[in-house]
Amino acid sequence: MSTKFIDFDHVWLKYNPQSDFAIEDVSVGIGEHEFVAIVGPSGCGKSTFMKLCTGLRPPTQGTVIVDGREVAGPLKITGMAFQAPNLLPWRTTLDNVLLPLEIVEPYKSTFRAKRKEYVDRAMRLIETVGLKGWEQKFPWELSGGMQQRASICRALVHEPKLLMLDEPFGALDAFTREELWCILRDLHAANPFTVVLVTHDLREATFLADTVYVMSKRPGRIITTRHIDLPRPRDLDVTYTAPFAAIVAELREHIGALRKH
Amino acid sequence: MQKNLEKYSPALLVIGLLLIWEFICRAFKVDPFILPMPSAIWDSLIEYRGPIATHAWQTFWTTMVGFAISVVVGILLGSLLGSSALIYRACYPLLVGFNSIPKAAFVPILVVWCGIGTTPAIITAFLISFFPIVVNVATGLATLEPELEDVLRALGASRVEILRKVGLPRSMPFFFASLKVAITLAFVGTVVSEISASNAGIGYLMMSASSSLKTPLMFAGVIVISVMAMVMYEAFALVEKSMTGWAHRGQQTNG
Repeated sequence: MSTKFIDFDHVWLKYNPQSDFAIEDVSVGIGEHEFVAIVGPSGCGKSTFMKLCTGLRPPTQGTVIVDGREVAGPLKITGMAFQAPNLLPWRTTLDNVLLPLEIVEPYKSTFRAKRKEYVDRAMRLIETVGLKGWEQKFPWELSGGMQQRASICRALVHEPKLLMLDEPFGALDAFTREELWCILRDLHAANPFTVVLVTHDLREATFLADTVYVMSKRPGRIITTRHIDLPRPRDLDVTYTAPFAAIVAELREHIGALRKH
Repeated sequence: MQKNLEKYSPALLVIGLLLIWEFICRAFKVDPFILPMPSAIWDSLIEYRGPIATHAWQTFWTTMVGFAISVVVGILLGSLLGSSALIYRACYPLLVGFNSIPKAAFVPILVVWCGIGTTPAIITAFLISFFPIVVNVATGLATLEPELEDVLRALGASRVEILRKVGLPRSMPFFFASLKVAITLAFVGTVVSEISASNAGIGYLMMSASSSLKTPLMFAGVIVISVMAMVMYEAFALVEKSMTGWAHRGQQTNG
C-alpha cells in the first residue's frame, strides 16, 4: 500500500462562488486496494469527497490525483452505489446489472458479440450476493435489501478499480445490513479494488475499513485518521470484542466532540 | 352478476340516454330541424354512408399526418428542453404563450399562406396537438434523479448515452400519456380547419349539411368524428399499457 491510488493535495471546493467552502484543505492518500471509510456528522461534505474522487466535480483549489493522473473529468474506472438503489424500473435485475457494460469501454463495443460471456459474469456476481433466481424479476418485485444487492452488483460488474459507496446500507434493517457487510468484505477480499465508503455507522466503518477518516462539520476537514489494525479476515463476531468496541468508542468521541461546537 | 353489471354499465348508460333522447323527441314533438331523434340520425348515417366514409377518411388521414408531425416535433423539442435547464427556461414562457393562442385563429393566416384544403388542416392539427407532447417529454427528462445521472456520468456516459439509456425510457410513461391527449386535440384541429377552409372532410361535410338544413346529417358527422377520436384514444391507451407496464405494475403489487 505504499503507492497512493488516490491522492488529495490540499483540496478545497465550493459549489458556487458566493457560497462557503464545502470542504477545505483536505489532504489524504489512499493506497491501491485499500478500504477507506469516511464518517462524520451529516452535511460534512462526505458526498462532496466522493464527487471529487470520481471526477464529477473539479476542485476549486488543490489537486486530485487518481490512478496516477490528475482528475479532469468523470473517470471510467469507478463504480458507484448510493443509499437509494436507483435501479431502472423498466429493466430486469440482470439487465440492470449489465448496464455499465453497455456504457464503459472495452465492454461497450463488444457488448453484442460477447453478450453471453458478460451475462455469465453478471450471473456470477448476482449469485455471489444471493440474488440467484431473481435475475429475471423487475425491481418492484424485489425487497429493499435485494434491490441494494443488485445495485452493488451493478457497481462492480465492469470490474472497476475504484468502488464508491455513499451510505449504501443506510436504509436497510440491521440483519440485512450485516449480511451485506460480509458480502462486501468477501467481494473485496476475493478480487481487490479500492473502496471509499461514506457512512454514518461507526461499527460499519470499523468492521469493513482499513482506514477511517473523520470529517468535521461544514466546511468539511479531515480531523482524524484512524487505522484499523484488526486482523483480516474479520468475522462478524469481531464486532463484539473489546478492541473493536474500543475503536468504535474512540471514533464516537471524536464525533461527539464535533457536535458540541 | 355484479361483475357483469359493472362491465356493461357504460354501454347500458349510453343505450339508456339514447332511449331517453328518442322518447323526449317523440313525446314533445321536437322539431327534427332543431334536435333530430337518434333513429333519424342513424337513418341519415346509413343514407349518406358513401360520402360520410369519403369525408371521414379525409379527416382521418389529415389528422394522422398532423399528429405524426406533432409526435416527431414533440419528441425532438421535448428532448431539447428537457436535457438543458437553460433552454427549458428560455423557451418555456414562449411555448406557454403560443399554446394560449386559440389555434382556430391561425386558420385564416394559414389559408393566406397555403390556400384552402388539406395543408392548413394538417398544420392546424399539428399546432394544436404538439404542446402536450413537448411538455410531457420535457418533464419526464427534467425530473431524472440526479443520483442516477451520477451513476452513469461516473461511468463516463455521454449526454446522448444518458438520454438514450435512462432519460428517454424513463419519460415514456409521460410521453404515452400525452399521446392520448394529443390525438383527440389533433382531431379538433383538423375539423376546425375543415369547417372554414376545405372542400373535404367531416368539418366540410357538416358545414354543407348545415347550409342545406340537414340537421340529422350534421349530428351523424359529430358522431363519426367522436367515434374516430375515441377509437384512436383507446388505441393509444392500449399502446401505453403495453409499452410502459413497468410504470403501473409497481403500484399494483404494493397496493
